[in-house]
Amino acid sequence: MSSVPTIHASERERLRSQYPQVFHRSFMQRYGLVIGSGIVAVYLAICFFAFNVGPAFMNGQWDRASLYVQDWYSWRAQPRLRFQDDGTVKVQWSSRGQYAQGADIFWLQPIDNGGYSVTYGSEGDRLDVTTGRVDVYVGGTVYPVTISGDAATVVADAPSSIVQDGNKVVVNYGFEGQAEIRSGQVYVQRRFLGWANFMFDPKSDFWGKSWGELAALATFGERLDPNRTNIRHMVDDFLGNSVWQHSDILSKLLQTLVMAFVGTLLGTLFAFPLAFIAARNITRNRAANWGMKRLFDFLRSVDMLIWALFFTRSFGPGPIPGIAAIFFTDAGALGKVYAEAVENVDDKQREGVKSVGASPVIVNRFGVVPQVLPVFISQSLYFWESNTRSATVIGAVGAGGIGLKLLEAMGTNADWDKVAYMVLLILLVVFVFDSISNALRSRLIGTQH
Amino acid sequence: MATISEQNSGSPLGGHGSRLGPAASLMMQHYRQQLRTRRVYTAISIVVFLAVLIASLKFANDANAGKFFERLPYFFDFIRSFVPDSPMEIVRAMFDLPSPYADGSLKYNYTADRHYITDTLYIPNFIYQLVITINIALVSTIIGATLAFLLCFFASTNLVGAGATRFVVRRIMEVMRAFPEIVIAGLLTAILSIGPIAAIIAITVHTVGALGKLFFEVVENSDMKPDEGLRAAGANWVERVRFAIVPQVLPNFVSYTLLRAEINVRASTIIGAVGGGGIGEVFRLAIGRDHAAKTYAIIILLLVSIIIIDQFSAWLRRRLIGQQSFEFGRGAA
Repeated sequence: MSSVPTIHASERERLRSQYPQVFHRSFMQRYGLVIGSGIVAVYLAICFFAFNVGPAFMNGQWDRASLYVQDWYSWRAQPRLRFQDDGTVKVQWSSRGQYAQGADIFWLQPIDNGGYSVTYGSEGDRLDVTTGRVDVYVGGTVYPVTISGDAATVVADAPSSIVQDGNKVVVNYGFEGQAEIRSGQVYVQRRFLGWANFMFDPKSDFWGKSWGELAALATFGERLDPNRTNIRHMVDDFLGNSVWQHSDILSKLLQTLVMAFVGTLLGTLFAFPLAFIAARNITRNRAANWGMKRLFDFLRSVDMLIWALFFTRSFGPGPIPGIAAIFFTDAGALGKVYAEAVENVDDKQREGVKSVGASPVIVNRFGVVPQVLPVFISQSLYFWESNTRSATVIGAVGAGGIGLKLLEAMGTNADWDKVAYMVLLILLVVFVFDSISNALRSRLIGTQH
Repeated sequence: MATISEQNSGSPLGGHGSRLGPAASLMMQHYRQQLRTRRVYTAISIVVFLAVLIASLKFANDANAGKFFERLPYFFDFIRSFVPDSPMEIVRAMFDLPSPYADGSLKYNYTADRHYITDTLYIPNFIYQLVITINIALVSTIIGATLAFLLCFFASTNLVGAGATRFVVRRIMEVMRAFPEIVIAGLLTAILSIGPIAAIIAITVHTVGALGKLFFEVVENSDMKPDEGLRAAGANWVERVRFAIVPQVLPNFVSYTLLRAEINVRASTIIGAVGGGGIGEVFRLAIGRDHAAKTYAIIILLLVSIIIIDQFSAWLRRRLIGQQSFEFGRGAA
């Protein structure tokens, strides 16, 4: 856009003298933004040093970061190939063994003289492991690693993907995995896309079967277990998956939802009648108004976290403290919002109902409630929505739900695939509940709110 | 079957056929029918609602470590056991003064936590932690609001023609606000070790998502006439946004940002409790270890700070943008 509009100098002068107030701006109007940004920049700089951001980022273990993030969408098989005294190599699996006993593993095949061959992606990238020596193939070229006494040593002309690290040799094949060759064992990490054994663990009868086979078994296949149908059997095995703990995670997720639902609902039911006491135009007693409003303030200003920790101490970990915490904070917050809504109602309708001789309860029922109900419902739905999210966080301090599960999985520093799984579930649930609440809100009160 | 007028004879509106014409009777009948249907629906939904509620409560009770009614009699035991040795202990814990009960245990080690500025001048630990927590909230609000400000214009229908841009930006915001904060904090804690940075980033991400949504809704509601004027004068997109939209939406933006700052103070307390540093962590330790005086000192500090921040931001909002946009806005959290 080069067509900058220009005006003649005399015209500019005329405008300037005729509308001085447009051209003359006060000091704060001129420089306020600059000064404000300057203060903010200085503040951020101070915080940068106060929080040690620089050193923390420098000392951060960023190699771990890529590893963790890779764990979100891929899995590692981590066998240890131990050198035995009789000259053979024995494969040992970690506790989270992804393969069944004696399974045929395509990338880990026995070779002659008791060794094993580990393939990384292609034939050209592999390790031939025997007790005396490990042949490392990178791009088709072989680099022998000799094992002697208490050290493994690689030949001198090795490429950068093979690193001599003290007594051990580390071989890196990028995403495909890596291996650590030591004097007594080779620690293999082989990485694959996806989540291993997500449906069934290796102990299950359905392990290793393709989707087609599973579908066939579910519909017309022979019963694997004469006591129950195959579908039933599948569901049991899926929920009982010892690695992924589906039943546990799903029930924790349900706990989170229950906490948000029951907490908000009880808060609503509690705040509803009390809001009428707190509203100045309904209850003419100033002391009652004041007391009720301070009660709301108290419930609201004590943080949800404090309530959660407090109730956890009383009732033990689980969803009850979570419900109670959400109930207490929401009762305070909703009470305040409701009371304000009630104070803003149109008085004419109450007068109308009063004029036909109705009792106070009836006056409020027909004079106030119809006016404020849409506001009440929409606010409660908002709170329900936001509590579905908060319930995850307070769960982490012991108030039940998936938050604690998340924290446990993160604490091990190995189960990042489980973390990803739970995060996906939470995102899904939050989106679904957002839409439900939005749909309800627009149906109940129209789209203008 | 009696006629409508006979059925209605008792009610104040119904009257007799002579008073209500046939058309009105028909209407009355229709009205009653609708009322009946509505009552049936209301009754059904109340029953369903109650069933869900009772099932939920039962599920929650079964899943809990201690059952509600079993634990209820002992509820006050905990409060009773949670009494500081003397009211002065709370003050001592708050200001790190030496305690007469000191026996070398963590419970009374108030003076050990002092943060010395000079040899004699110190900041009490809890106040120091509170300052950290508030700073975490402020920094993340500033960064988050800035990013949300930059993003929101790309998410509003009236400024961006390309549906794809809008769709992508909106989905990014949605994920940012729904993503559990503790996961971001946990991942970063594993990389950067324990400290406030993880909390800052986690809260910032959430702030961008939450404020971005509120911001673009405000932008979409803005008056487009100034924009048309600028467009007629040949302004480019940035100039149009800067001179037509920003002046209109700024008051609302400021109001939402201040509300978010308040919410973020709470959020940083909670993230602190799960490993993000600050007063949340100290608080979790105090209540977990049964240190009554420390716990009460922190609760009082938190209450006072939250009330002060509430009042201050309410005052600031009122001053900056007047009463009209002054409403309780936690719903957008």
